[in-house]
Amino acid sequence: MSFMQINDLNVHYPIRGGFFNTVIDKVYAVDGVTMEFEKGKTYGLVGESGSGKSTTGKAIIGLEKITSGQIFYEGEDVTNQRRNRNSAYNKDIQMIFQDSHSSMNPRKRVLDILAEPIRNFMKLSDQEERKRIKELLAIVGMSEDVLLKYPHEFSGGQKQRLGIARAVACNPKMIIADEPVSALDLSVQAQVLNFMKDIQTEYGLTYLFISHDLGVVKHMCDHISIMYKGRFVETGTRHDIYRDPQHVYTKRLLSAIPNIEPESRLERKLIRQKVEENYQKEQHQYYDEHGKVYPLKSISDTHMVAMSGGI
Amino acid sequence: MNTANDLLTIRNLTTSFRIKETYHAAVEDVSLSLKKNEVLAIVGESGCGKSTLATTIVGLHNEVNTKVTGEIHYNNQNLTQLNEQQFNRLRGNDIGFIFQDPLSALNPLMRIGEQIAEGLVYHTKLSKQQRAERVLELLNQVGISNPERVARQFPHQLSGGMRQRVMIAIALSCKPSILIADEPTTALDVTIQAQILDLLKALQSETETGIILITHDLGVVAEMADRVAVMYAGEVVEEAPVQELFKNAKHPYTRSLLNSIPQTHSENERLEVIQGMVPSLKNLPREGCRFSARIPWIDASAHERKPQLHEIAPGHFVRCTCWKHFHLEGEEGGGAV
Repeated sequence: MSFMQINDLNVHYPIRGGFFNTVIDKVYAVDGVTMEFEKGKTYGLVGESGSGKSTTGKAIIGLEKITSGQIFYEGEDVTNQRRNRNSAYNKDIQMIFQDSHSSMNPRKRVLDILAEPIRNFMKLSDQEERKRIKELLAIVGMSEDVLLKYPHEFSGGQKQRLGIARAVACNPKMIIADEPVSALDLSVQAQVLNFMKDIQTEYGLTYLFISHDLGVVKHMCDHISIMYKGRFVETGTRHDIYRDPQHVYTKRLLSAIPNIEPESRLERKLIRQKVEENYQKEQHQYYDEHGKVYPLKSISDTHMVAMSGGI
Repeated sequence: MNTANDLLTIRNLTTSFRIKETYHAAVEDVSLSLKKNEVLAIVGESGCGKSTLATTIVGLHNEVNTKVTGEIHYNNQNLTQLNEQQFNRLRGNDIGFIFQDPLSALNPLMRIGEQIAEGLVYHTKLSKQQRAERVLELLNQVGISNPERVARQFPHQLSGGMRQRVMIAIALSCKPSILIADEPTTALDVTIQAQILDLLKALQSETETGIILITHDLGVVAEMADRVAVMYAGEVVEEAPVQELFKNAKHPYTRSLLNSIPQTHSENERLEVIQGMVPSLKNLPREGCRFSARIPWIDASAHERKPQLHEIAPGHFVRCTCWKHFHLEGEEGGGAV
């Protein structure tokens, strides 16, 4: 059973202009997104830059104003309580940012950075707080002598791990990870991903994993949604998306991933050209006259595609 | 290693930066060569010296705090001996450079057309009219659909992919024989990345340019490269033709790196992690095998005292002897012969 639902989420930004600075148009950053989250699963949100994937994540956690739509958390409508300090929602949903460096206050020590969510949401004595912070450091595999260091003294991978430690401090139910490994080197990326999987199995966390790297998403996610211009073009299980993509945009995205087999280079290039040709030719089937994506249609229990007409 | 048709030959190049009063080598004893119509990829994690190598070739390093020894031969010239004036004649004319971040490499106050024409002013004798024609021709060549309009626009009006295309147009404006691309697609989406890589390939087959491709993305390497040099802590640890490298990687670092790519694993499997971190410039081990600290389960006797590059197959070089005894952590026993 899903513990959290998002219904027809919209985030529109007004474009002002004209004589009286009136609203002349809107940017549909997120346009009618519906999702469900189950415990212990990882949901991938994939799209190119500007597709609205980060905005969706921020809107869910409450860093972005919602134009319309509802968010239900454990049966309760929490749409307007997202930034309420006393609400459980605010404590149970946490976020990991892409750039861990700029997400930490450079003038605070690790001790205070990690203590902040604890002081906000848990009523602990000083000793208990310290104990909890040490636990957190143990979870992310760092020694206790980092407590009095500042963020700039750490490497990128270590900072990202501190970011995760801060996110799990209050035993959240769900973590929104916005491109958590995009800025990291390959071997460090592997460390962070492994580690995210470990704490997931240990604490039954749900992840909303936002990324543009389809290789990483394939490795991490059970359920994947592909986004384009604020709308979903295709959602399904990992198997649905990677083995049986239906939407031409998904196909195009998948054909563009570089593969590490140099032998099949030419072959893949031909496939890519063919997909690109189809993409130009069949656009009207997949986008309406304004270039907007059609509403989603189910084609199996788990797999939904945005297409016109029946298939 | 040295043949007549080499375009660029680097021999025993060492680039050191001054920190306080001592010099620390960021690139140490690197020897490479680039042929006509070849893509040489240089791969490594951040801090391994791959960008330093690129900036040294075109002389973009800080002259006061950097010491360069060794030789870079291009067209009967030793690039390490050139002064700024001589370099200016070379840069943009014979050697093109594509930077990672096009937004900070382009001048925000100049129109695209002017920026592309800038190199032509210095390096060619074209008239104003001819330059304008060449600009449009270049923009066409890099796949921009309405060049007249783009030439009049400013960088901020273009998307990331378009900007990178403009960068490529600038780099190609004087028909260089060498193109150095420092992470040309890192900041781009996968679909745009595929387009840019295809474009570079197509342009190369037209002009027979030698490309030095610097990247950390092994997927890009597999798509583009003919030959690959893997760098770790300032040294080339393995050099091989691209197929050989992906099929038959030998050096422990290359193998570990290939093993940490998510794609190569079946879903849900744990990724391979390389222990420890890349040492910083000041703490770089200067003696023995530089990778040994990160594979502690391999016996110390497996490493050479002064690791050298050994040719183990035609065109395949591996540093140190530890690969003969190397096995990934958790695996049993020594690997190959």
